Amino acid sequence: MTNFDQFSGTSTYIASDDLRHAVNVAVALEKPLLLRGEPGTGKTLLAENVAAALGLPLLRWHVKSTTKARDGLYVYDTVARLHDSRFGGDEVKNIEHYIKLGPLGQALAATSRQVLLIDEIDKADIEFPNDLLLEIDAMRFRIDETNRDVVAAHRPVVIITSNNEKELPDAFLRRCVFHYIEFPNRELMAKIVRVHHPKIESAVLDHALDVFFSLRGTPKIRKRPTTSELIDWICALNKAGVDLKKVGGGIPFLGTLLKTEHDVELLGKRAKA
Amino acid sequence: MFIDFLFTLRAHKLNVSTHEWMTLMEALAKGLHDSSLDGFYRLCRTICIKDVAQYDAYDQAFAEYFRDVARDAAAMTQQLQDWLNNPALRNQLTDEQRAALQGLDIEKLRELFEQRLREQKERHDRGNRWIGTGGSSPFGSGGEHPTGLRIGGGGGRSAMQVADERRFREYRKDVILDVRQIDVALRGLRRLGREGAEEELDLDETVDKTCKNAGEIDVVFRPPRRNRVKVILLMDVGGSMDPHSDLMSRIFTAASRSGRFAKFRSYYFHNCIYQAVYEDALFRKPVPVADLLGNSDRDEKLVIVGDALMHPAELLEPGGASYYYSNNRSTGLEWLRRLGAHFRSAAWLNPEPERYWPGTTIEPIASVFGMWQLSLDGINAAVRHLVRGGPKPVVGNPARWSG
Repeated sequence: MTNFDQFSGTSTYIASDDLRHAVNVAVALEKPLLLRGEPGTGKTLLAENVAAALGLPLLRWHVKSTTKARDGLYVYDTVARLHDSRFGGDEVKNIEHYIKLGPLGQALAATSRQVLLIDEIDKADIEFPNDLLLEIDAMRFRIDETNRDVVAAHRPVVIITSNNEKELPDAFLRRCVFHYIEFPNRELMAKIVRVHHPKIESAVLDHALDVFFSLRGTPKIRKRPTTSELIDWICALNKAGVDLKKVGGGIPFLGTLLKTEHDVELLGKRAKA
Repeated sequence: MFIDFLFTLRAHKLNVSTHEWMTLMEALAKGLHDSSLDGFYRLCRTICIKDVAQYDAYDQAFAEYFRDVARDAAAMTQQLQDWLNNPALRNQLTDEQRAALQGLDIEKLRELFEQRLREQKERHDRGNRWIGTGGSSPFGSGGEHPTGLRIGGGGGRSAMQVADERRFREYRKDVILDVRQIDVALRGLRRLGREGAEEELDLDETVDKTCKNAGEIDVVFRPPRRNRVKVILLMDVGGSMDPHSDLMSRIFTAASRSGRFAKFRSYYFHNCIYQAVYEDALFRKPVPVADLLGNSDRDEKLVIVGDALMHPAELLEPGGASYYYSNNRSTGLEWLRRLGAHFRSAAWLNPEPERYWPGTTIEPIASVFGMWQLSLDGINAAVRHLVRGGPKPVVGNPARWSG
């Protein structure tokens, strides 16, 4: 057995035990790791840090509502070829010249092992994951236009994120290893903040976390503040030199934590009551 | 190995496939479970469970299956030996304690531990006999017994504890219904067609035209595909709907999200629909139903959200409208039938639990409009009905109300 504990977080990314374990299982089994969790729990950042920790190059595939599965493999630029055809020349005869590999295609065609991030897979059409089944499973694909088979020499480490927006098809799920990133508890959150603000005093951090978790605990709030918002908020407090202990009642820079009018109003009402 | 556990999982409605089970076996063969129950708990969950909504059921299944096997023999022996082989620690002991240690050898301690574990039925803290935390029994963690055996390292909790705690209960699917989920359910409500500005390159047509042009490039554009579904949303507000107001606002938020439908209109009513619906929830801007029918296409999808609960007179008798000074000459049910006859597809979503439907005013209304419960499954079924048609779900005895 090769070394199992290949990933243990990095100096700028704190991963929980469960998450580290999930990453290591995915790497050892050579299966894609599917990550879900609240926005702002660091799903996308994980891929960067896995790549950094394993010392492998990272390829990103940001999925949009219009993305097709084939776009990730390759795109055949017909218009360019059509355009070139007016002038003749040898290049036009070589279709290979007009095949551009997408992120997944590059990961499979690469000569060394790669980390591939497929970000927000749920953004695309319902059938999108189904179209990737064979490629994810066999780690190979065929370029129809040139009859070329691309077979991965090294199975890439695939990390897929999803915002829980849509049910992914069962057949796709069966081929993945799954991890749900829970929202960090207070202890872990303190560690995460310390990574970003190493000089923060314990008392200030304590106070900030009090405010943050009580905001998150407020019932009926529509968009609960997340990790990245907490870090932004502390950054704003630092820059403005605001001392939390001296501010009576109100929360300074509330706009960095709450992002909807409804929530700000709600909090105002509660403060008055 | 563990094949019974697979069936325990499946008995808890966790559809673990053979494919996943084989992957788990492969992982076990590679030793990815760290030879511990905690490791197995995590490994199995990572591989077999793909939805946080199912974590709770997994915890239950795990607790059920491993209740009797909740001892981690291999890891335990190792810990014990490490401890006993650690002379530094022994030096800290008093002579008395060391004497006591002599009298308690590994085998004996382990036997005693397993025996206690079998006898012990529940969590136990601060005692001198059972396994738990903060006590002076030889077993447990955070305790004071000098030759005691610590279970689990570094404050980490055991798989059984985690499983028993059922942290993921609130993620269960039948409970939550947020804007995003409704959003996803409404995505099914679409019929794509090409309309509007020409923004997309039509490749086939371009090649065709270019060929006809003897190689001179002629680029052809076409409009992108857009959703052509038009929706009218009627919402019941006030009175018995007040407890559901939060849910209603979520539905509205999801449905009105810009660009979702080709056309989206929403109106309010109270209890039942009579001659008018209202543009605002305060009932100040009436829109006669006749006008509404007049300027809406029969292909528009009608979605009504309400509890459909009222006094039978409000539905079945002329002049039954209780809340308004409007004196309705036709009964509420007749007005509903007019709406139902105009629109080719319509659906009624009801926040009341389905088991309370029969025997109420819901029954006659469900004979006019297909009625579904306002849950994720209900919305999905209603959307399917709106797009593909099909029979309405039967509530009570619809024949009684035909006419």
